[in-house]
Amino acid sequence: MTATSYTKLRWKLIAITLCFSLIPLFVLGYVIHDQFSKSYEEKLTSNLVLVVNSKRDTIDMFLNERVVQLQNLANTHTLAQMTNQTYLNSLFDIIHNTSRSFIDLGVIGQDGSHEAYSGPFDLRDVNYKDEAWFNQVMLKGVYVSDVFMGFRNYPHFIIAVKRREAGKTWILRATIDSDVFTTLVRNVRSGKLGDAYLVNRNWELQTPSRFGGKVLSRAHLPEYSGGSSVDICDWSENGTMYVAGITSLSLTDWKLVVTESPGEALSPLLRVQSMVYLLFLICACMIFAGTYLTVASVVGKLKAANDERAALDATIMQSSKMASLGKMAAGVAHEINNPLSIIRESAGWIRDLINDGELDGFEALDDLNEAVSDIDRHVERARTVTHRMLGFARRMEPAQEDVDLNILAKQTVAFLENEIKYRNIEVVFDLDSNLPLITTDSNQVQQIILNLLENSIDAVAENGRITLESRVDGPFIAMGVKDTGAGIPSNQLSKVFDPFFTTKPAGEGTGLGLSIIYSTLNKLGGKIIVQSEHGQGAVFTFFLPLSGAVRDS
Amino acid sequence: MSRIRVLVVDDEPDFLKLIGRRLERRNVDVDVVNNGQEALEFLSKTFVNVVILDVRMPGLSGIETLKEIRRRYRNTEVIMLTGHGSVESGIEGISHGAYDYILKPFLIDDLLERIRAANEHATLKQKVRGGA
Repeated sequence: MTATSYTKLRWKLIAITLCFSLIPLFVLGYVIHDQFSKSYEEKLTSNLVLVVNSKRDTIDMFLNERVVQLQNLANTHTLAQMTNQTYLNSLFDIIHNTSRSFIDLGVIGQDGSHEAYSGPFDLRDVNYKDEAWFNQVMLKGVYVSDVFMGFRNYPHFIIAVKRREAGKTWILRATIDSDVFTTLVRNVRSGKLGDAYLVNRNWELQTPSRFGGKVLSRAHLPEYSGGSSVDICDWSENGTMYVAGITSLSLTDWKLVVTESPGEALSPLLRVQSMVYLLFLICACMIFAGTYLTVASVVGKLKAANDERAALDATIMQSSKMASLGKMAAGVAHEINNPLSIIRESAGWIRDLINDGELDGFEALDDLNEAVSDIDRHVERARTVTHRMLGFARRMEPAQEDVDLNILAKQTVAFLENEIKYRNIEVVFDLDSNLPLITTDSNQVQQIILNLLENSIDAVAENGRITLESRVDGPFIAMGVKDTGAGIPSNQLSKVFDPFFTTKPAGEGTGLGLSIIYSTLNKLGGKIIVQSEHGQGAVFTFFLPLSGAVRDS
Repeated sequence: MSRIRVLVVDDEPDFLKLIGRRLERRNVDVDVVNNGQEALEFLSKTFVNVVILDVRMPGLSGIETLKEIRRRYRNTEVIMLTGHGSVESGIEGISHGAYDYILKPFLIDDLLERIRAANEHATLKQKVRGGA
């Protein structure tokens, strides 16, 4: 797999894991939030209904009390008593003392003129004959007016009751300060945006509204469908939500309106909500980080395992390539050896004839002699190749001896002393004097050192240096053969252990030396590596196991 | 010293022809046969000092022929001839009673050397046995 496919895999895994962990989290969060705010709103609404109902009852009771009070006065007194100014004054004083909301008290005859009046205003001469309320009270017996400014020029309303007494009809009328309602509804107002007020049937304010304006201006409320005892309607204005509870009073056709801003009422919820959002964000971040780390580690392990397997595959490939090439080489060598021996015997026969003088006098005897020598030499050359190929393929039983690699190296260099002197090559030993003995096949190891030295001598050619070094390297003993030759181009480094790979001119190298070393070391439980930079020489380092355990091939 | 009598067994006629001529020239009595069966037939009629036996032949193989020769003719030494490489098949031959082995292609003098050695060995053995 390539690096990009690992990256792809990583993001895929992260995406899947995040999907399966974040979606339930968000669904849960959404449901909780939804249910919570729904029930909170319901609670808010029911609370509003409760407030509206209780306040309406209070106002109803207040109005009712006033009406009953007036009716009692009217029914327990005669017109004669009531028109007595002194009596009326004392009566007004009594009720004014019990209820400050009474402003004045008047007795009106059936022609609409004041029969008697007690109060702060001089209304004795006012005639109400043409007033709408006068006709209403004559008709219905009881009348509660809307709030109006009237002759007195401040908001008030009147309650009037009719008394029929011995064929005469008279009306007891009281003016009531509508401020009393203002106080009654004001304490319902909640928060900074809550409001409460009374309106008449034409939506004219009967008490001042906190935001809607003064008494008798129009209240602005949205359309709502009436019907139930308390109507709830909501609307939004300037981006703020409002909820209003509206109910009708029983004695008049006024309506009590209580408005609230749920946004304000819900602000604790909003605080909780933002806290929950923050919590969710933190959770999501943690899940993401956890997922990323886990996936990265898993993918990393996978990559390492794959790389390891690829390396193993490469080793196995190399071994099996060696094995099959070995078999092929053996077959080829065998098939060539038979004709080679016939060629050699034929040439030998000719030489026999020459040696015995049977061809004496033959003109081209010298040429023939030379030709026979050539045949012999080239058969020898071919034989070397086939025997090396067979050697490469040969199955060896490694011997087991205690080997001192340092001594072995020095001995091997001694074999090549003449060559080294002749070429003026300096050989340097950089050997670890404390190198332990290892149990291995000394002949094969010597062959390895010899081959490597020969290669190095070929690489150096003349006037160079070859360094032999030994050391303990982990569970191995390592021996390096370093030369100052031309080095190996990087594109050829991977091929040097392949059979038949050679850089020497045709006929000078079989290309089998290093591959034989490679397979020999395999059998001995060791390995060989090469390091080289073109132009900087090369180091071949082979490793033999310290444990001395020699693997059976 | 009497001339050595040698039988060469190989499946290559050209090889037999040349090796015969060359050994003849070196004062060795040479007979050649093409396979193991013929070799055994020949040996039943004629005594030879040394048999040169190719390891790989069609029909009766070199090793089988060797076993048969060792069983029947105690005074005949065998040199295995191998193109197979193999030091191994040579060693296998020796383990079955061959005196020596030689890898193809070889030098005639090398072969001659071994034939002589084998013959000496056989003579010595005979003497020891005779003396005993």
